[in-house]
Amino acid sequence: MSSYSLRGLNWFNALSDGAKPVEGLPVSLKVADGVLGDQPVRFIAVVADPENRFVRARNGEVGLLEGWGLAKAVDEVIAADQNKAQKRALIAIVDVPSQAYGRREEALGIHQALAGAADSYARARLAGHAVIGLLVGKAMSGAFLAHGYQANRLIALRDPGVMVHAMGKASAARVTLRSVEELEAFAASVPPMAYDIDSYASLGLLWETLSVEQIEQPTSADLARVAECLGQAMGDIAEKGADLSGRLGAANRAASSKVRQLLRAQW
Amino acid sequence: MTDSASLLNKHSFVELGARQRAKALLDAGTFRELLDPFQRIMSPWLSRQGVVPQADDGVVIAKGSLAGLPVVVAAIEGAFQGGSLGEVGGAKIAGALELAAEDNRNGIPTRAVLLLETGGVRLQEANLGLAAIADIHAAIVDLQQYQPVVGVVAGSVGCFGGMSIAAGLCSYLLVTQEARLGLNGPQVIEQEAGLEEYDSRDRPFIWSLTGGEQRFASGLADGYVADDVVQIRQQVGEWLKQGLPAQPRSRQAGLFLQRLARLDAEPQIEPSVVRDLYQGERP
Repeated sequence: MSSYSLRGLNWFNALSDGAKPVEGLPVSLKVADGVLGDQPVRFIAVVADPENRFVRARNGEVGLLEGWGLAKAVDEVIAADQNKAQKRALIAIVDVPSQAYGRREEALGIHQALAGAADSYARARLAGHAVIGLLVGKAMSGAFLAHGYQANRLIALRDPGVMVHAMGKASAARVTLRSVEELEAFAASVPPMAYDIDSYASLGLLWETLSVEQIEQPTSADLARVAECLGQAMGDIAEKGADLSGRLGAANRAASSKVRQLLRAQW
Repeated sequence: MTDSASLLNKHSFVELGARQRAKALLDAGTFRELLDPFQRIMSPWLSRQGVVPQADDGVVIAKGSLAGLPVVVAAIEGAFQGGSLGEVGGAKIAGALELAAEDNRNGIPTRAVLLLETGGVRLQEANLGLAAIADIHAAIVDLQQYQPVVGVVAGSVGCFGGMSIAAGLCSYLLVTQEARLGLNGPQVIEQEAGLEEYDSRDRPFIWSLTGGEQRFASGLADGYVADDVVQIRQQVGEWLKQGLPAQPRSRQAGLFLQRLARLDAEPQIEPSVVRDLYQGERP
């Protein structure tokens, strides 16, 4: 068993079977152009590259090359499809343990690389591309902000290994001056602090959650199910538009709506 | 002017709180705060964790004019919970930027200025802070279809986490010597990567890599000024008048990938290597 997750790679390979691989990107990015139903799509995944030139980004973390590489992979689609009636959808397959933590990364502006990725995904959405985040593993913090969180629709597979959070437990405990045990106790009663996907779903940020038989290596039934859901998401985006308003409305995110209403009234 | 006279005339920006900073930047008499602290829109998540909430949740949203142009200012209060963003504070910034973009779609050229003193996501509201920051990123990109978004990192908290990505999205970014800008806070890097990789107590080391002077010298910030209200206001005003930049930094993936390809990533990095790599072509 490897020290890094293979879920992202396995789901990418399954979904992009028959699709055309895109060259000229960092090894840690898997990108391919294919079709889902009758809709052209670009699949994008960040995967582990044990030989990564940047040693702190060898386990699938989103680092300098990954941030800028994602930006490049998305920019290409925006430019190529600019005048097309049917624009490719972007399917971000999300299995990212974290951003890269390292001296080289900070010094060389990893924040700027991640901004590059977020900017490109957001512009793709504004340009009329359906952007869908498919969470098959971890979706952590800055890595998720760069790869997935700008999506029109987020879909998560139901599994204990599918997690969304702002920071790993040990670091979160250190920064908030708590023990890991205290942190876990709060996480159990405060939904936004929890690491599990059901708590995350209660915040209203997911468009759909799906159960599959084999999350590590999807079966053909799993694949069909997820592909169908992606197709429905693309249809929903075509119907309801490109903004992120679909994320608002959950009881556990009521303040986010209330603040917006009051701002509008006082604007 | 003698040194002591110029010191007496200088008004520190860093020493000001978020509300005073917003006031100091806006044209005299134009400051109007939205969702002010008397409306007590507070975090619904902090008290149950034994943390005292604040009446403005640490974020000040103000409309007004700057250099005569319509702006909305979002200022983060570094003194409250390290400037961390929770659900309410994050929604205030995202919502203000969303309305600014909507203004532009309705023919009102509202610009935005972000005063960033923040550690990023407030971990007590973890996933709602992260979601709000994603909304902020989305809204910055949306507004930049029409008008610039200017970021200011003055110090003393600096700008970290998901909000450093927001800083990276800004049309223009202004820093001072007191500023620090980086994705990961020093403590977290030390926790995740070890003391040898990053010593969170070595302040000169941290400033040499992530301080305002270094960021400007590496082209990761557009302006570097003294901690002085007048200079900061003047630079922000110039950029607002200038409009959108021709080459936004966050849209130069090809250039940055080329530069990174030239780097020998084997040895541990020095600040001078970053300056040479990112600014070598500059005369």
